[in-house]
Amino acid sequence: MTTPVVVQINDLSKRFVIRKEKSLKERIVNWRRSNIHKEDFWALTDVNLEIRAGSTVGLIGANGSGKSTLLKLISGILQPTTGTAKVRGRLAALLELGAGFHPDLTGRENVYINASILGLSRQEIDRYFDAIVDFSGIEPFIDTQVKFYSSGMYVRLAFAVAVHVDPDILLVDEVLAVGDEPFQRKCLERIRTFQTEGRTIVLVTHGLDQVAEFCDRAVVLEQGRVAADGSARDGLRTLRADFEQSRQDELARLLDGDELAGHTRFSGVALRSSEGDDSHPQLRVGDPLVVAMETQTDGAVRDATVGMAITTPLGLTLYSTTTRLLDAGALELTGTQQFQFELASLPLAPGDYAVRTTLTTAGGVELQTVPVAAEFSVEGVERSLGPVAVDAKFRRF
Amino acid sequence: MSEPADLRMRELADYPLRNAGSEQGFLRGTVASLSDIAAHRELLGQLVRRELKARYKDSALGFVWSLIRPLTMLLVYYVALGQFLGAARNTPSFAIFVYCGLAAWTLFNESVTSGTMSIVQNAGLVKKVYLPREVFPLAAVGSAAFNFGMQVVILLSATALARQFPVGTRWGYFPLALAVTLVYSTLLALVLSALNVYLRDVQYIVEVGLQLLFWASPIVYPWHLVVQHIGGTWLEQLYLANPMTLVTLGFQRTFWVAGVAEPFPADLSARLGIVLAIGLVLLWLGQRLFANLQSNFAQEL
Repeated sequence: MTTPVVVQINDLSKRFVIRKEKSLKERIVNWRRSNIHKEDFWALTDVNLEIRAGSTVGLIGANGSGKSTLLKLISGILQPTTGTAKVRGRLAALLELGAGFHPDLTGRENVYINASILGLSRQEIDRYFDAIVDFSGIEPFIDTQVKFYSSGMYVRLAFAVAVHVDPDILLVDEVLAVGDEPFQRKCLERIRTFQTEGRTIVLVTHGLDQVAEFCDRAVVLEQGRVAADGSARDGLRTLRADFEQSRQDELARLLDGDELAGHTRFSGVALRSSEGDDSHPQLRVGDPLVVAMETQTDGAVRDATVGMAITTPLGLTLYSTTTRLLDAGALELTGTQQFQFELASLPLAPGDYAVRTTLTTAGGVELQTVPVAAEFSVEGVERSLGPVAVDAKFRRF
Repeated sequence: MSEPADLRMRELADYPLRNAGSEQGFLRGTVASLSDIAAHRELLGQLVRRELKARYKDSALGFVWSLIRPLTMLLVYYVALGQFLGAARNTPSFAIFVYCGLAAWTLFNESVTSGTMSIVQNAGLVKKVYLPREVFPLAAVGSAAFNFGMQVVILLSATALARQFPVGTRWGYFPLALAVTLVYSTLLALVLSALNVYLRDVQYIVEVGLQLLFWASPIVYPWHLVVQHIGGTWLEQLYLANPMTLVTLGFQRTFWVAGVAEPFPADLSARLGIVLAIGLVLLWLGQRLFANLQSNFAQEL
């Protein structure tokens, strides 16, 4: 069944003009200069996006890549410079928890105002009020002025209001990482309920694990353009590759002129299973694995550390070790060299896995990290959840 | 897919795709803006209540303060102008006369002053939530109107005490004058609040402008003094073109029973009607200007 499109963005671009003068005097005094010093900044360029009802989309990207601007355009807070943003159905945006809370008013009064700002009618608020207070867990303080609240209480009340609004589209910007752990779990549970109710959620976050956990689609923004749009797994991979690329660029600047380190990198990583070389080995539970690698350097690196890790496809580290941890002694890298890590037995449950390799100097500078250097999968009967394979039996007495 | 999800999909499919934010375009935009504001009228009520509640929240006398201020002004004008300068001698029931004008003026003054500041003061909301931004200046006018209601109650009690309670056709001026005040207050609140986002000087210009306008209306001096000095000249016509002059006169015509024998411009209701009609057209244009300017509010604040 195809579901209706709830957000449609066509050729959308957004330009900000950077200008500092605000008062009349400044504008007149700096008339000439202010026009010259006016600077255009394109926060978004030619974004095309279509979101269907019921999907959960993670908007990810580095700082300043335009994620929040895109959310503001979808919610109508900003107007596009060119292109259009169209939406369907009731929309609620949580760009900041408690926007519109008045410090001098009580929690009760603020619930009413905040909920009506988010689009609830008075009858609806009356109906939900007890549920809101109950969800927030701050009932004893509901008639206290909000300015006396702790920041945790503030956020709890704000989130409680927000989740009781009945939106078709929920836009969430970095506000989930608030409150203590039980409350966070409650929030995430509520988001899951929203998903089963067919609501559309657009999530801006730097918590990539959250994207992996909740989103069925990830959109990666890079300097205002859509760099990738696909499954959460592909999106995270693109983003991590981006991060690695920018880290490499930064490193190149940092090491510029450092003859010793030169240009040092992995020239190849291969996996070897008991059945021989394979680009994508298929192992059974408990099989051994050899991770072979080749490094190349233009200069010479004394005291280098080589590391490898096994991760989930989404990048969560399951196992990691380095030459230092294995007491392999100091490595000196010159020219082309080859190493291998021999893993005797992998207690991994059936599924897909990736291998990450790292190259570090004695000073701790990361010369290179390859987030997904190689991939393998483990086959077998799926009798458990989670990545660890345990031989388990169930017995009744 | 679950049952509520299915239902939601079917409902969603019936909605049209709409532009995020406010509709652009002149005529279509007007209709869209009006229906948007109408849809948020409950919020408007909440915001008015918030403004009224929050203003005197931690003060012991609370709400009474909003009455004390105009009463103090009344006292000052009554003593300084009425007694010391002798204005009260030629003006019957001078206190009621002054309070008529002051009540109207307070409504206008408060709407325009707090209206001008409204968008900048609610920057946090404007930047984080989509609302028809008109609600902020409108809420400012709304809370001023509420205070005005209290003033009218005081004014009526005073007339009752003085055994000069207004009755009969003189009440005809009241709705007309009130409508003119509200239309121009709203117009100025809308336009100035939007301009203030781009140029913070506006709020100071407003202060100065209001001071001028106060003395350019026959609030603390009677109309016959104006006629004495500029009667029959083009200056008189200019003076009468000031909506607040007409409003003040309209209020005095209604509540100032003792001044029934005093001179008034002959065609006061006609003038009020014309000013009201012009004001409504200006209000529409002002709203369009606001709608145009508001698209950049979030990035300018």
